[in-house]
Amino acid sequence: MNKLIKYVLLDILRNRMLAAYTGFLLAITVTMLCLGDNPTKSILALLNIVLIVVPLVSLIFSTIYYYNSAEFIELLLGQPLKRNRILLSLFTGLAASLLIAFCIGVGLPLLIVYPGATSALLVAVGGILSVIFSALALLGSVTMRDKARGIGMAILAWFYFSLLYDGLVLFLLFQFSDYPLETPSVILGALNPVDLGRIVLLLRLDSSAMMGYTGAVFQSVFGNAGGTTLAFLILLGWTTIPIWLSVRRFNRKDL
Amino acid sequence: MIRFTNISKRFGRFQALDSIDLELGTGRAIALIGPNGSGKTTLIKCLLGMVVPDTGAITFRDKDIRHDHAYRADIGYMPQIGRYPDNMTIGQLIDMMKDIRQSAGRPLDEELIRDLGLQPLLHKRMRTLSGGTRQKVSACLAFLFDPTVLVLDEPTAGLDPVSSGILKEKIDTETAKGKLVLITSHILSELDDLVDEVVYLQDGRVRFHKTIPQLQADTGEKKLVRAIAHVML
Repeated sequence: MNKLIKYVLLDILRNRMLAAYTGFLLAITVTMLCLGDNPTKSILALLNIVLIVVPLVSLIFSTIYYYNSAEFIELLLGQPLKRNRILLSLFTGLAASLLIAFCIGVGLPLLIVYPGATSALLVAVGGILSVIFSALALLGSVTMRDKARGIGMAILAWFYFSLLYDGLVLFLLFQFSDYPLETPSVILGALNPVDLGRIVLLLRLDSSAMMGYTGAVFQSVFGNAGGTTLAFLILLGWTTIPIWLSVRRFNRKDL
Repeated sequence: MIRFTNISKRFGRFQALDSIDLELGTGRAIALIGPNGSGKTTLIKCLLGMVVPDTGAITFRDKDIRHDHAYRADIGYMPQIGRYPDNMTIGQLIDMMKDIRQSAGRPLDEELIRDLGLQPLLHKRMRTLSGGTRQKVSACLAFLFDPTVLVLDEPTAGLDPVSSGILKEKIDTETAKGKLVLITSHILSELDDLVDEVVYLQDGRVRFHKTIPQLQADTGEKKLVRAIAHVML
């Protein structure tokens, strides 16, 4: 298994797209850090960009990589290797390389300029989002046979998690504004990894006051150390469940 | 050595394999022939576990291959269209396969790499290779680990006459060593002095499975091409 991961990782690290992604993240982070004199403001601005860019790139890159490795997968299937090992190696290589790109692009400059728990939390959120969205991409790619449909699916998933979901939540909150919505809004927040990441970090930055009463509820649920742990456990679930599903599908797939 | 029992596979509305029963013994070269779309490649892919049959079971040395992967250490597979990671060189690819498929104590068979003249091409990237060279790489990888079963899907398609001759010679020597060689091909004239048995597939069914002398006796034809034509008519 380790050998397979090594080959996948070597292959991805040679990819120009990943280098471009790292460079892009680095440029944005440095710009943000130079522009703002206030750490909270810089981190907040950076968070908003990270929450848009990281899922998008992780989804698209992983999807394209999976389809482009069709040959490699085919080659490995004829060898005495377990199917789930092939897929898990592919995933590990992908997630690791996206993680490396994120850590170099965002983590390194951020932690140098503003070392502290908040910066570390932003890096952790971005890192786990990279892993989650490459897991989701894997699930989509294993399910869809056709490359174009797979990539379309990935873009749709990004659209859903980044834009559509928030719209739906807002719509629901307005529609049922006569009822107490604290519990539902916490649950709805947990059902989207992007939102969950945002909430965890906003609470840390004490911007929750701007979210009104719901913010106070979020504060009481996710605001303490136990809450942050809970949030990360949920995020971990967002990783393991898609992987488990894709392994199950991959084991029964005809290639 | 390999036994297919009641194998069926359906792709959507298309019945690729229809209750196939087949037994393949060791030490023989067996030709798997049939018209396009008759299920040859699907059958091979079932054997390699790439396609999961809807019904039936395949046993390899009396062991069910489902949920197993170790048996593939005994199989060398040469695909019809060899598809390899584009930005690897031939040398890297071969090294990677050696690394992944560590055959402890088993000697490597690098005869074909030498005979097919791949040595000077080892630094070339897979993307830049012609179809024939790619085919040569596939052949080398199939024989590299000295497996007891060789599955060759259209081995000589795209190869020049010299290379194709070298490959056929190699197949002959391996069969003589007591290996089971399963070959699919459309070029029947090539198979004439290569194979001992013929399995004829049509519409996903086994039409017949005979040894060459038996086939010759049944049809009264010496050449495989004519014998098959005789059966098809």
